[in-house]
Amino acid sequence: MSDAAARFLAMGGYAAYVWPAYGLTAGVLGGLLWWCLAAYRRSQRRLERLQGTREP
Amino acid sequence: MTLHRFANPARFMRLSSALLPWCGAAAAAFIAIGLYLALFVAPPDYQQGEAVRIMYVHVPAAWMASLVYALMALASAVALIWRHPLADIAALSAAPLGAGFTLLCLATGSLWGERMWGTWWVWDARLTSVLVLFFLYLGYLALVNAFDEPGRGARAGAILALVGIVNLPIIKFSVDWWNTLHQPASVFRLGGPTIDASMLWPLLVMALGFTLLFATLLMIRMRTALIEAKIRALMLSEIERHGAAAPRGAVTS
Repeated sequence: MSDAAARFLAMGGYAAYVWPAYGLTAGVLGGLLWWCLAAYRRSQRRLERLQGTREP
Repeated sequence: MTLHRFANPARFMRLSSALLPWCGAAAAAFIAIGLYLALFVAPPDYQQGEAVRIMYVHVPAAWMASLVYALMALASAVALIWRHPLADIAALSAAPLGAGFTLLCLATGSLWGERMWGTWWVWDARLTSVLVLFFLYLGYLALVNAFDEPGRGARAGAILALVGIVNLPIIKFSVDWWNTLHQPASVFRLGGPTIDASMLWPLLVMALGFTLLFATLLMIRMRTALIEAKIRALMLSEIERHGAAAPRGAVTS
């Protein structure tokens, strides 16, 4: 790993606080997106089955 | 009233279907640019060093926590007063998203606080009022789902959402009214922002990205709720049709 990359990852000694904060953000926002999309697709499929068509 | 035009579920489905891909793409673009600015372009703070980069996720999450609640309360008011079919759906769809942003705000703030204040948590007025906001979201969700009849749950939830709005000015002004550990406002304040432009821009780009993501998720959740309502209506009419045509016992087919 290059020096610049190592310095960046070290975050001036705050790596243990900065990266978990960004990780949590990715986790919570990504989780919300996944959760919303999964429910959306599930209900779309159910409606398609009921109607026997592709249009919701 | 122009709001009425968009309160029609069929029109909402058409409009959101056209908006959704653009809104989602814009959210992804702004968050990507915001991340680049926050991690590579914005300078380290003269006191906090690189730890200040937590601000670029903590502050937008905090803004969203309050903004989503304000929207939820507004939708609840519209639902109670005009009984728009979409207003209850909008409020209920927004609530878990607001709870997510509030949780994110609390968790990233805790990480930041541990490093800068030396404590994960303190019963400071700002922190406590944001925790109350988180419980308001959870309470709203519990209350709405506590009734067998969805309409009654939605009404009870709407009243709770409106009562809880007194917490928003408490959050906003807690840092001025009480002498607390949390720093006072440096962006939305009389006399303009005191934060440097090199930090303000990444913050605003990220906040716009979070707002667009919220709009995308809200549309997805509202569309889901409308599809579910349609499924219920279809199943009911199916049961009625079969119930009328077939002898008893054949209804379950």
